[in-house]
Amino acid sequence: MLEAFLVSVITMATPILLAALGELLVEESGVVNIGIEGAMLAGAFAALAIAYFSGSTALGLAGAIAAGVAINAIFAILVVNLAVNQVVTGTAVSILALGLTGVFYRKLFGVTGKAFMVTPIAKIPLGPLARIPLLGPVLFDHNALVYFTFILVPALWYLIARTRYGLRLRACGERPEAADALGLGVIATRWQALIVSGALTGLAGAFLTLAYANTFVENISAGRGFVALSVVIVGRWNSWGLAAASLLFGAAMALQFGLQALGTVVPYQLFLALPYALTLVVLAGFGGQAAAPSALGEPYRRQ
Amino acid sequence: MLSAVAKPFAALALAAALISVVLAALGASPAGVFAALGEGAFGSWYACVDTIVKSTPLVFTGLAISLAFSGALWNIGADGQLTIGAIAAGAVGPHLADFPHSIAIVTILAAGALGGAAWGGLAGWLRARRDVNEVISTIMLNFVAVQALSWVVHGPLMEPSRAYPTSSPIASAAQLEFYFAPSRLNLGMLLAVALAAACYLLLFRTGTGFELRAMGRNRRAATFFGVRIPALTVWAMAVSGALAGLGGAVQVSAISHRLYEKLSPGWGFEAIAVALVARLNPLAIVPAALLFGALDNGSQAMQRTQGISPELVQVIQGLVILIILAFDTPAWSGLREQIFGASSEEAAAVPPVAEMPDA
Repeated sequence: MLEAFLVSVITMATPILLAALGELLVEESGVVNIGIEGAMLAGAFAALAIAYFSGSTALGLAGAIAAGVAINAIFAILVVNLAVNQVVTGTAVSILALGLTGVFYRKLFGVTGKAFMVTPIAKIPLGPLARIPLLGPVLFDHNALVYFTFILVPALWYLIARTRYGLRLRACGERPEAADALGLGVIATRWQALIVSGALTGLAGAFLTLAYANTFVENISAGRGFVALSVVIVGRWNSWGLAAASLLFGAAMALQFGLQALGTVVPYQLFLALPYALTLVVLAGFGGQAAAPSALGEPYRRQ
Repeated sequence: MLSAVAKPFAALALAAALISVVLAALGASPAGVFAALGEGAFGSWYACVDTIVKSTPLVFTGLAISLAFSGALWNIGADGQLTIGAIAAGAVGPHLADFPHSIAIVTILAAGALGGAAWGGLAGWLRARRDVNEVISTIMLNFVAVQALSWVVHGPLMEPSRAYPTSSPIASAAQLEFYFAPSRLNLGMLLAVALAAACYLLLFRTGTGFELRAMGRNRRAATFFGVRIPALTVWAMAVSGALAGLGGAVQVSAISHRLYEKLSPGWGFEAIAVALVARLNPLAIVPAALLFGALDNGSQAMQRTQGISPELVQVIQGLVILIILAFDTPAWSGLREQIFGASSEEAAAVPPVAEMPDA
């Protein structure tokens, strides 16, 4: 029971954390990407469609990366190059991705209602570690995407806090004019962050279709991209904080299945609403934007 | 340079061109699809009237968006506010049988407005007092509202036989009647048009409207002129929510007469496209909403005859927003200045959407 719950927490937390880590890079460079939901959805769809028709999980993952990057590139052209409003652009990108995946899903898979299943990404048990009671199945018996996601946590912390590139990234998010004057290339840096984030978010989408549901349904991301945005705030723009916040939200999502299975008298909708309500409560309790990069969300135009 | 009026049309034309590419990729004939859309939306007197009916919620939510966005309050939650307004109307509606028609109507609509105002005002309060970004809070409140609706139609408001997940029908006294039955034309659109005029006056002819727009242009500068930002934030989000909630109540009172899951097909999000096509001008919201209502109405005929799923409408919405943003960006004016030199008359023209306050 406990073991199944904890495995479920890791499974639910992984796509949120993966997308949130990409968003962290983007926000450190001074951009808020609400289109992350759309990039995740596009990644989920591309992964399933390509894996289903090619029979190759690897090609599916590559397709998810390409789809996530493509969606973020649309966002980047408008937000980074044309300096238009980030919130409205991100919302439009999400609506666009929802529509495109819906239209192409019906076209490719018809309206038969038949589920188009793919073989899930293989689990890689880490030798003897996976045989440790409780800890083994919970921590050391997952697919490569899970390991990759959790290895990214220290890696991104190091990149942002300890490298010249991290300094450049943060300069673009804190004082873009100054960064530009120093020749750090605000436009290029923000594009790089959005490309990397697109790849990570696409993979997060692929996790939903290739590792979790093993099929695609419309709007399969179900707000996980938006939850990832909150995770960045709750995690105080620190990759360790992001990991902790993702596990918290993963637990809220895992809880809904556990409690539904118990058949309690509490209505199931309460549990379905739990991750979103929790986001509101945690944000209200944590206060808000004090730890955010100073220029976050402000379009940057060279004078 | 395109004029302020021509721009939205040019954006729509470009969107149509891009949609044609998508349709070609799907192996469908763009001409056939557009013809089916037009036929479904305007092909008969009945279709025209139904287009008006389908546009009505978009006027309410479009006004909600235009008011909030004018103050740089990025309310992405009109859908949730509409849903909560509908729940309030659906909860009150069955109990109004013994009241005169006019009182019952006013009560059910007021319930909807209050429900929406509470949902929007909560996001405003979180922004003003707890420093929680309204983008995140309104998105989260959308999801909570969806679950709240699901819960009430399976629980406290479920119809007495408990066979279907719907609420009890509202009393006939609380129903906005159809004037040209069997068409569903009702007073809802008239109310929406009156509210559009009221919102225009509020935004452009009152001190509060001026303060809201000032806050939208530059929050810090507005404080120096004595604008009480926190109070104005809560007020504007509550009014925005009330408009959306009223849209939900009108839908319940005139069309659905009861609650069921997935009451809104995404009117609150479509409203963002409506508001941007209207350049946030409340008077222009009405024709913009009619345009998107026609798309919604025509999409069913498109699905029947052309086999293209109605999600295509979302593709159009997303593209229209992106193209309007791209058309209006100040980056172009910078480019033009470099090439042609600065133009003072353009600077004085209607503020473009991209000059909308930055978050």
